[in-house]
Amino acid sequence: MTLPIIEIESIGKKYQIGANREKYLSLRDQLAKTTQGARKRFMAKHHHVPQAEDFWALEDVSFSVKEGEAVGIIGRNGAGKSTLLKILSQITPPTKGKITCRGRIASLLEVGTGFHPELTGRENIFLNGAILGMTRGEIRRKFDEIVAFAEVDKFLDTPVKRYSSGMYVRLAFAVAAHLDPEILVIDEVLAVGDAEFQKKCLNKMGNVAKQGRTVLFVSHNMGAVAELCSRGILLSRGVLRADAKASEVIGQYLSSGTGTGMIDLTGNVEERTGSGPLRITNLMTMEKSRETRSVFEFGEPLLVAIGVAGKAGKEFILGVSIRNHLGQVILHFSNSDDREKLLMAEDQTSVTLEIPSLPLNDGKYFMTIWLGDGMNIMNDRVGNCLSFVVDSTHQGQCKSQGLVRVPGKWIIAKG
Amino acid sequence: MEYTIRPPKGFVRINWPELWRYRDLFLVLAWRDLSVRYKQTVLGVAWAIIQPVVTMVIFTFIFNRMANIQSGDGTPYPIFLYTGQLLWQYFSGTLTNASNAMVANASLVQKVYFPRLILPITAAMTGLVDFAIASLILAGMMIYYGMMPGLMGLMVLPLLILTAILCSMGVGLFMASLNVKYRDVRYALPFAINILMYITPVIYPVTMLNNHPGVKMAMLWLNPMSGVISNVRAGLLGHSLFQWDILGISLLVSTFYFVIGLYYFRATERYFADIA
Repeated sequence: MTLPIIEIESIGKKYQIGANREKYLSLRDQLAKTTQGARKRFMAKHHHVPQAEDFWALEDVSFSVKEGEAVGIIGRNGAGKSTLLKILSQITPPTKGKITCRGRIASLLEVGTGFHPELTGRENIFLNGAILGMTRGEIRRKFDEIVAFAEVDKFLDTPVKRYSSGMYVRLAFAVAAHLDPEILVIDEVLAVGDAEFQKKCLNKMGNVAKQGRTVLFVSHNMGAVAELCSRGILLSRGVLRADAKASEVIGQYLSSGTGTGMIDLTGNVEERTGSGPLRITNLMTMEKSRETRSVFEFGEPLLVAIGVAGKAGKEFILGVSIRNHLGQVILHFSNSDDREKLLMAEDQTSVTLEIPSLPLNDGKYFMTIWLGDGMNIMNDRVGNCLSFVVDSTHQGQCKSQGLVRVPGKWIIAKG
Repeated sequence: MEYTIRPPKGFVRINWPELWRYRDLFLVLAWRDLSVRYKQTVLGVAWAIIQPVVTMVIFTFIFNRMANIQSGDGTPYPIFLYTGQLLWQYFSGTLTNASNAMVANASLVQKVYFPRLILPITAAMTGLVDFAIASLILAGMMIYYGMMPGLMGLMVLPLLILTAILCSMGVGLFMASLNVKYRDVRYALPFAINILMYITPVIYPVTMLNNHPGVKMAMLWLNPMSGVISNVRAGLLGHSLFQWDILGISLLVSTFYFVIGLYYFRATERYFADIA
């Protein structure tokens, strides 16, 4: 059995945030630290001095990658994905753990690294290529391919600062796409260019993967991850949560942090912002008879019950967003849009939003609730906390191509 | 091939094979720095000649004609001054560029892996190019004044230039690491270099300090450039004596600075991406 091409063992990365950050280690600093330590402890006891905080961006992450695998690394913002890639690329050292690599790694953490605005496109190809690790000969050999991929042949001899942002990004990606490493590590660089170019980039990366190279791909674009990768790794708050087939891990990612049917929001919840006095306490999806349900059909009424805690008599504003699995906002409701004033009946009030006829295609949907006071100042917002499914198969209807579905009337003219 | 990535521990050696593997990058970055310099200028490379010549003319006027500072050994002042100026500008230019190299390329440092040493060394290389161009002016001046360098002077010249390189690189590397964390360096350095020029025998001969032996000793020991400048003058212009002991001290101190700078840089380089 061949050894894995990358072996990541218990990798941890600690940052110090806060005011009293530790200096990087030098003899002088070590000496200063011991004398300062006493002073700092005295200060901390008698005055309020902000202490440096330890922030573990990655904690005890371990997994192995076999040669030729295409692995997608997904997770929310702040999960530690980019930090992991930086450690793999040797840009920052790990605090703990060890990684064993058995192949040359080329990293694409940003497109256009090193591009200098004053140099021409041609010069920047050589510059960027050299920075990414290609030899001069390699670049010369692939030059025509790169230019063709980027579609900038006419502009090769103008300084890059004159390029449109699309051209810039196409050229940058073209150079990077022609790297020939054994292991390719890519960080969210697909979020550039127009849709056609994105498709081109995906194809190119797919080819790289098919040629047997190992690819580590970080992205928020679940479609791209599903298409490109066979295996998925889910990171959440610096910890490895899942390591399985890509489709499974994507599913787990999309449903993480969301309950179904009903959810209690009085405690700590992911993706919550706002610290006003008005709070959202719970959320529930119901059918017309007010029974809790989480699967609905197209055209059915959907009721959303929102519990709000605050002070009796206060005015408040509620907003409800419904997003699809791609994160697009499909529907949005707000009592101010509907010209309805909401006042707290008691300190704990329940509001019901009634959607008379659900115009949604089949699929999974995620709700985000926004709560503000009478002056429209945000008090509380919980994102993607409750999900529900629309499944109309037993109506026998197929999924329409639009984001929403509204029944239309079809009449044939007589005569 | 197999390698491991681990938390850094203690003493870090210089990875020479890796630097050799990245030699292409040296050239590319040096070429980038040089090409960009004169883009969209009218005078272009001519600036590399205009600057030193104009400086020399003005300094000659002020320090020689007005303040009456003499070369002390019969050498015509302009060429005396220029030899010092040439070396001094190499030192100050390299030091400034090297110390700023990390911060100026912060985006590169945060996104791509390459041995970080390449950045300050590239800055030093562009300094050498400027030095070469400015030397042409020196050659021209020597022809004008009818001076022929002694054979020994020519043979020792590479050694002296090496000393200058070691000195500027050493201090440059040290400042480069310091600058990443403490941006004061960027402000303090130009000021310090300015002052330092007056504590180096650029515009005056070392002999002028004979009445202050303490200051003279301190200058010769702590500032290797003084030794370099006086010996280059002696070797090339032939009017004063060559001083082997001073040469030895300068070389020794420069090497010392270089080693310290190199190791300090290596010790702190791993965290640049986090701090820059």
